[in-house]
Amino acid sequence: MEKLVVSAAPHIKSGNSTTKVMLSVILALLPTTVVGCIYYGLNAVLMVLVAVLTAVVSEYAYQKIMHIKLKIDDLSAVVTGLLVALNLPSTTPLWIVALASFIAIVIAKQLFGGIGYNFANPAIVGRIVVTLCFTEATSNYLLPFASGVDAVSSPTMLTQISSGAQLPEFWKVFLGLQGGTIGEVCSLALIAGGVYLVLNKTISAAIPLSYIGTTFVLTALLGHNPVYSIFSGGLLLGAIFMATDYVTSPITFKGKIIFGIGCGVITALIRIYGSNAEGVSYAILFMNVLTPLIERYTMRRTRFGKYSKKKEAKGQ
Amino acid sequence: MSVHLHTVKVKHFKNTAAMPTKVMPTPKTVLIPMLQHIGRPCDVIVSVGETVLRGQKIGDSDQFMTAPIHASTSGKVTAIRDIMTAAGQYVPAVEITSDGEDKAIEATPYEVTDLPSLVAAARELGMVGLGGAGFPTSIKLNPKNIDEVDTLIVNATECEPFITSDHREMLESPDDIVEGIELVKKAMGIEKAFIAIESNKKDAIALMKQKADGKFEVKVTPSTYPQGAEKVVIYNCTGRIVSEGQLPADVGVIVLNVTTLGNLIRGIKTGMPLTHKRVTVSGDCVKEPANVYVPIGTSMNDLVDFCGGTVGTVDKLLMGGPMMGISISNGKHPVIKNNNAILAISAKLSFSPDPHPCIRCGKCTQACPFGLMPTVFEHAYEDGDFDLLEKQKVNVCMECASCAYVCPAKRPLVQINKLAKAALRIRKK
Repeated sequence: MEKLVVSAAPHIKSGNSTTKVMLSVILALLPTTVVGCIYYGLNAVLMVLVAVLTAVVSEYAYQKIMHIKLKIDDLSAVVTGLLVALNLPSTTPLWIVALASFIAIVIAKQLFGGIGYNFANPAIVGRIVVTLCFTEATSNYLLPFASGVDAVSSPTMLTQISSGAQLPEFWKVFLGLQGGTIGEVCSLALIAGGVYLVLNKTISAAIPLSYIGTTFVLTALLGHNPVYSIFSGGLLLGAIFMATDYVTSPITFKGKIIFGIGCGVITALIRIYGSNAEGVSYAILFMNVLTPLIERYTMRRTRFGKYSKKKEAKGQ
Repeated sequence: MSVHLHTVKVKHFKNTAAMPTKVMPTPKTVLIPMLQHIGRPCDVIVSVGETVLRGQKIGDSDQFMTAPIHASTSGKVTAIRDIMTAAGQYVPAVEITSDGEDKAIEATPYEVTDLPSLVAAARELGMVGLGGAGFPTSIKLNPKNIDEVDTLIVNATECEPFITSDHREMLESPDDIVEGIELVKKAMGIEKAFIAIESNKKDAIALMKQKADGKFEVKVTPSTYPQGAEKVVIYNCTGRIVSEGQLPADVGVIVLNVTTLGNLIRGIKTGMPLTHKRVTVSGDCVKEPANVYVPIGTSMNDLVDFCGGTVGTVDKLLMGGPMMGISISNGKHPVIKNNNAILAISAKLSFSPDPHPCIRCGKCTQACPFGLMPTVFEHAYEDGDFDLLEKQKVNVCMECASCAYVCPAKRPLVQINKLAKAALRIRKK
């Protein structure tokens, strides 16, 4: 016992790590990724590969060029790249996919300080930028297994709901036999991923449930079919995988509920009154920006503290 | 009240639970520091060259927060010098070179009939909280609001990994504990008594239940960390909340560690003060982990050698458990009263990667038993926002380290809480 290390307690740590957290998210995204690749074929596979590769390479290059510590091993870039691909339709040109990934990683994440410091979900920023800049090229939705003659763009469920068209049977929608982006169509796969994340305690169910619940109630009140509303469009993908992003959502339970309800209200309003049939990305982006404010007003107070009367009245 | 406090799952490492306590022979020399409790150090009342007997008082003080200190073997005082305690304070220490005979003083049992006689006995026996805190027992047993105290909790949860000394106390001296509970209940006029035990000590739970016989209630707590923290154990037994600045007695509760109680009753019955202590010697670098009954003042090196020495490279030598224990810079450090474990652990066990940026997962806020928000403290401390630190009550933090344990980004959360608490104390002045 010659060279003893002296440090403050604790002297043991849990085996958890940022990398393991990200790995859980990747695992949870696998079902919907695989289903998307089966439904939409080679193009979807290429998109996923291009998005992930671009994300990882641009993060690595940025950290190299800026001489900051390489944190590529935390796998957060893989998650972002994967989400970018899953949020675009299978007809998107590959260079646009790469651009979306690049914007997500470099502009939305690294320029603000890298992991932990971005104010908005990088994948959402990437997606919104390319869909606004290249609306035509990023809005050709195909039905799954479409090929040859059938390969004409099909309306998504949400445009069908908005226009009041005849809706397909529910099980088809639930399994994802509808038009949409690669990762959003199959509700079953998305829910499976969500249940896994909640069960292994990676995420709390507070945001997804309050988000989906609010959308359900509001769309029902405003006269839309609520069941089809929540099982179509990017709602499940957004509520389970994007709105729950740690960095850009509140920490406290109360904050998470407010965040989820806010997302739900904005999503429903955009879907029903907006010119866009989809509203999930914008809703989450807007609530991302509100997160610091929500956090400030939902700070938890310990029950083991003593508070003076005056402050108590003010705090309640 | 029904809302449960957050706790975390920590590996148990209780490899010494089934091993009967070994008695360590007196080493050649013992070094007995004058501060083995929370409070002020004692004054040395012997001089170099003097011959002392086991159980003879060698340090005392007329100050309030103190407990006298006794020689743990017979022999000659060969030196009195200042040493640094594990907490970094310089205090005098008495070195006794053993004469090999281990002659004891002529002790007479204490007659405890009421509270003052119990308090006086606890003080003369040098009793302090042996669970780790080292709070002088005589002060704990003598609260100002004695009339309002209605509950005794014997804390046998032992939630720190590795440590099994309290567990062995229950298995080896169950009758002392029963007797101790009855005595304290009677002297303090308390009706209700609990013994709180973590669910991983099945044999101790069965034994205590069998001995209870309506005298006390066995409260089984989950085997999670930090069930043994005083405020947590009080909440789990009674539902009462000990707020900042309060002592357990302020909510009508007295908490005694089970080993403290056992030693108190044995001291009263024999008249012999606290000179020996059961210590768990374990960790992945100790060759033969064991519970050892060891004379106070034995060096950690001697104690580890008694357990077969070390295997592999020791990275850290700990006084106490791995969650809240103190890492010691050298093995010459003596074992003191409130040490319940000496652990030698390897770099493999203590390994922690460099901190990553906070990803705001909120795991720390879900780990804190008191519902504090460690990540908020970290940011506030870095920003110098002392108002926020005060408002969010960083001073309530008991430094259990659950937050730093669970953090996936390995942020030094509890460490920053300690700094923040110190900064707030300085600011108040």
